[in-house]
Amino acid sequence: MSSPPPWSGSNLLVFEPRPSRPAPRQTVGMIGWLQTNLFNGWFNSIFTVIALGFLWQTVPPILSWAILDAVWTGGSDACPPGYEGACWVFIFNKFRVLMVGLYPGDHLWRPILAGGVFIALALVTVLRILNPKKLIALWFLIPLPIYWLIAGGLGLTAVDQSLWGGLMLSLGLATIGVLISLPLGILLALGRRSNIAVIKAICVGVIEPVRGVPLITILFMASVMMPLFLPVGLNINNLLRVQIGIILFSAAYMAEVVRGGLQAIPLGQYDAAKSLGLNYWKTTALIVLPQALRHVIPSLIGRCIALFKDTTLVIIVGLLDLLGMVKASAQDPEWLGHDAEAYVFCALIFWIICFSMSRYGRSLERQKEEE
Amino acid sequence: MVSKDIMIQMIDVNKWYGNFHVLKDINLTVHKGERIVICGPSGSGKSTLIRCINRLEEHQEGRIIIDGTELTKNLKNIEKIRSEVGMVFQSFNLFPHLTILQNLTFAPIWARRMPRAEAEKIAIKHLERVRIPEQADKFPGQLSGGQQQRVAIARALCMNPKIMLFDEPTSALDPEMIKEVLDVMVELANEGITMVCVSHEMGFAKTVANRVVFMDGGEIVEENEPNEFFNNPRWDRTQLFLSQILS
Repeated sequence: MSSPPPWSGSNLLVFEPRPSRPAPRQTVGMIGWLQTNLFNGWFNSIFTVIALGFLWQTVPPILSWAILDAVWTGGSDACPPGYEGACWVFIFNKFRVLMVGLYPGDHLWRPILAGGVFIALALVTVLRILNPKKLIALWFLIPLPIYWLIAGGLGLTAVDQSLWGGLMLSLGLATIGVLISLPLGILLALGRRSNIAVIKAICVGVIEPVRGVPLITILFMASVMMPLFLPVGLNINNLLRVQIGIILFSAAYMAEVVRGGLQAIPLGQYDAAKSLGLNYWKTTALIVLPQALRHVIPSLIGRCIALFKDTTLVIIVGLLDLLGMVKASAQDPEWLGHDAEAYVFCALIFWIICFSMSRYGRSLERQKEEE
Repeated sequence: MVSKDIMIQMIDVNKWYGNFHVLKDINLTVHKGERIVICGPSGSGKSTLIRCINRLEEHQEGRIIIDGTELTKNLKNIEKIRSEVGMVFQSFNLFPHLTILQNLTFAPIWARRMPRAEAEKIAIKHLERVRIPEQADKFPGQLSGGQQQRVAIARALCMNPKIMLFDEPTSALDPEMIKEVLDVMVELANEGITMVCVSHEMGFAKTVANRVVFMDGGEIVEENEPNEFFNNPRWDRTQLFLSQILS
């Protein structure tokens, strides 16, 4: 601002940063990779050899059981007792039951269509075709027509809920569970941080007891005890009671995950939003939650995966989800001795769905890191 | 006096954190267009004082009247006053999940219900004023500290505030970035906006302040126009403080 500094104008040396050199070349090629990753030192070399030996012993038998010696065609007599290969015919035969339970055959197009819509929705989500707002709206809207397709009514023949089962039931319970328990969990988390003592007490009073008991207990209470406390005439069916139990349980956990995210938001963010004249709800919905939820994406996805797997517990209150149908199928007298195939198939389905969720979560995190 | 309109009036304001008496009988009047610099050692209550002006902190005794409206528990009043009092923080507090442009248009759109196009036009105008229009589509994390603080100033200006509060705006900046922020603040001061600034930048105080307020132990020790304040401090405490920061 004032007079030029004393050194200006004199014959100064001109500083030029020296050009950057390329980074030292890594060891490349197949041999190099092997050396750095498998044989860098005697300790790792021994491990590599042991691991190779282990794989040599285990992979070929698994391959021959699952593929080479497996039975792919025929009827129940195609795989006699004591046969060494996997009997995939059994799975093909039971496929419909595993997918939709006892859903009546002449209405089968309805769960198939519903499944198609669901898969399309999942693809739209993974491929990021829609912006987040529309995507969230879709996830909350689509379950309504899907429910209508499955349950019937309004022009479609009603299909009793006792006939629903298999993967359809697992996915239904898990999807509705996540869709309702996440917003509920967010509200509980916000309530737990509220300055208003009553709201805080209510939220703690919901979260802590629910988190303190196993899901089985909650399902059992929802299924067996809740009818005893409901007023006479108010009859909530078993499936809905179980769904409510799952939602409550999941919401309590989601709430604690979200609370962790809320704690990571610096107080300065609240100060800034307040100082601009924004009220509590706008600050929370537009400044705090978007940041807090991004912080906890990995844990939230973890909760979704856990919830999906937890739905297998509904078997204890008489609902036959995918795992329930697997157990039931394995006991079919016509197909005895095929528990292994049934459980492997069940595990594969669960793994595909859970792994996809986990990969999707990972890609969300990466997107966040890029911003 | 620059003008007879009183923008900020604090009368016998007291505040405690638990048992700690952080503001003691504060009386301060700021007129329209005045520029006040508040200084003092850390823990003297200067940040608390400035945060009481838009009720980021609640005072327990006394009255605070902003442009004719008294700060009470009435939430609507508080939100209205806040939207007319801009604030710039030591740690910028930009919204990291929004772009620079979205940071600037956020409050006009959501607190004032301004149409997006209009809000963006105003935002660009203020970004040009703080000389970083080319950063509009970046995220705060991609900017230097000095740039972030200039964005924060622009964000506050987008609400067209009657009063600007600055809470140690340059304390978190690297030395080479302090000047770019102070330059923007000097320009603002020259445009005649009412400013209250907690700062240790004595050069800034000398150039733009109408009055310098010195605080210690939760009290206003002395208050004077800058020349008198720096050349003839009345209290030993002020003298000691000045000797520490000017040496």
